[in-house]
Amino acid sequence: MSINKDTIKKISKLARISVTKEETDRLEKDLNSILKFVEQLKELNTDKILPIASVSDQPLTMSKDEIKKINEKDEILTNAPEKNSNYYIVPKVIE
Amino acid sequence: MSDKEFNYYISGETGKWEVVIGLEVHAQVSSNAKLFSSSSTQFGSEPNSQVSLIDAAMPGMLPVINKFCVEQAVRTGLGLKAKINLLSVFDRKNYFYADLPQGYQISQFKHPIVGEGEVVLDMSYGTKKIGIERLHLEQDAGKSLHDQDPIKTFIDLNRSGVALMEIVSKPDLRSPEEVAEYIKKLRSIMRYLGTCDGNMEEGSLRADVNVSVRKIGSKDFGTRCEIKNVNSIKFMQQAIQYEAKRQVELLEEGKKIDQETRLFDTKKNETRQMRSKEDAHDYRYFPDPDLPPLKFDQSFVDEIKKKLPELPDDKKERLIKDYKLSNYEAGVLISDKDTSDYFEDVAKNSDVKLAINWVIGDLFAALNKIGKSIKETPISSKNLSKLIQLIKNNTISGRIAKDIFELMVNDHRDPKVIVEEKGLVQESNVGELEKIIEKVLKDNSDKVAEYKSGKDKLFGFFVGSVIKESKGKANPALVNDILKKKLS
Repeated sequence: MSINKDTIKKISKLARISVTKEETDRLEKDLNSILKFVEQLKELNTDKILPIASVSDQPLTMSKDEIKKINEKDEILTNAPEKNSNYYIVPKVIE
Repeated sequence: MSDKEFNYYISGETGKWEVVIGLEVHAQVSSNAKLFSSSSTQFGSEPNSQVSLIDAAMPGMLPVINKFCVEQAVRTGLGLKAKINLLSVFDRKNYFYADLPQGYQISQFKHPIVGEGEVVLDMSYGTKKIGIERLHLEQDAGKSLHDQDPIKTFIDLNRSGVALMEIVSKPDLRSPEEVAEYIKKLRSIMRYLGTCDGNMEEGSLRADVNVSVRKIGSKDFGTRCEIKNVNSIKFMQQAIQYEAKRQVELLEEGKKIDQETRLFDTKKNETRQMRSKEDAHDYRYFPDPDLPPLKFDQSFVDEIKKKLPELPDDKKERLIKDYKLSNYEAGVLISDKDTSDYFEDVAKNSDVKLAINWVIGDLFAALNKIGKSIKETPISSKNLSKLIQLIKNNTISGRIAKDIFELMVNDHRDPKVIVEEKGLVQESNVGELEKIIEKVLKDNSDKVAEYKSGKDKLFGFFVGSVIKESKGKANPALVNDILKKKLS
């Protein structure tokens, strides 16, 4: 598997990160070298090993169905670049 | 009971087409707190008043799963006679949208909590089994308001992080009618279980509808289109009708169907392509590193199983057996748990035949008229059984019962009190009845002569006049007897 400039363009679009021409050249080199490094794992035979979702053997801790957070909107909206009538305001996005 | 045949096909110029439908239903779990945070799920609150740092996706926050939501997913799975997976995994479904602050939805992709099950539909052409592919837990997104400003979108994150059960059917549905029945059945099962309130107006239940068409007899599926986020049964049916017709027309023109996501425009009654189509969805699912796999043992499932209530299908069977109800009557009652509970309360304390007629006849009509549900009924099951007892023991006539019923709708009172207060007790005293009958016969001597000369039909007129003269109180059976004697 290798990464070309089109793949980088696609990934950057999906991630909403703009990448300049110079950055693309550098990323292509970097990402390919990382992939090549990781691909060494393919030398191992993993036929009988199930994919793992987590390396820690910790069980998922569960919480009770209780409301503890009550109206933190002032604190929450402090971080909004723009707000109005307790709403976050963003550029128009419509389907 | 299959008095009809299935006949929903689209007639095109080249022949008949079959419509194939699969649904992805999103059902909100009836929890107090969200799936991974302790914010409230209350509907209709002030914008952004139920948002924690987790729901707003502040960096460094860690999700902790709500045990109640896990239990409800298992309960629902058991209600769908489905396989419960003791190990399931939460994945991140990545996409960019303003009402999704995390930039990904926590969902279950490869390993859902519930596997295959089924739902049985009672159609006019017989019962039909609809396969369930899976049920998984996931987070809801926030709400975007696009109509508040010409160039801005308003975002409310109250719904962000609320627990949803996505229930995916197999492509087993074949008509808008089957889709309606399927949604109703699913909703009824979840309401019996108490796992989702099924309130479509508040968005607690909505669906993505997958539609494709194929020539009758074809074994292969056509290319499908997905109609996103439809929030009423009526709209689902309209969207399917439109979409199936659109696909048939394209295919008959020799064109191809593009597999795509579409929106249903409820004003124009048509589906259209979503603008974001060129960004072909690439969700880049991967296991959420914040959440180890969800594991529980069989005893956790068995505990939940022990507490399951009687479900609609079992209840229907029991009502038919225990009360000798017709398939139709039982079907009407079980569609809503509160209705069947109400009926059983009334029937146990009065008379089955009268109870079913009063509940699905007069009571339904009255509730409909005043726009209330059975839960808010002005006539308690106790009072309706009392009314039926009064008819049964001949204290009042059926006609008077209807009048009393009307009064009960308005003032919620005990029918016995109304009967006594208004002096509506049925007149069964033969002496009193004879007096009234004498009067009626005297006032209508011409009709009596006609009757005696052979106009038998007038008998009903005399009965009616006597009842009227008694202000509805005369016992109709006695009036019949006495009149027959008097006129012979």
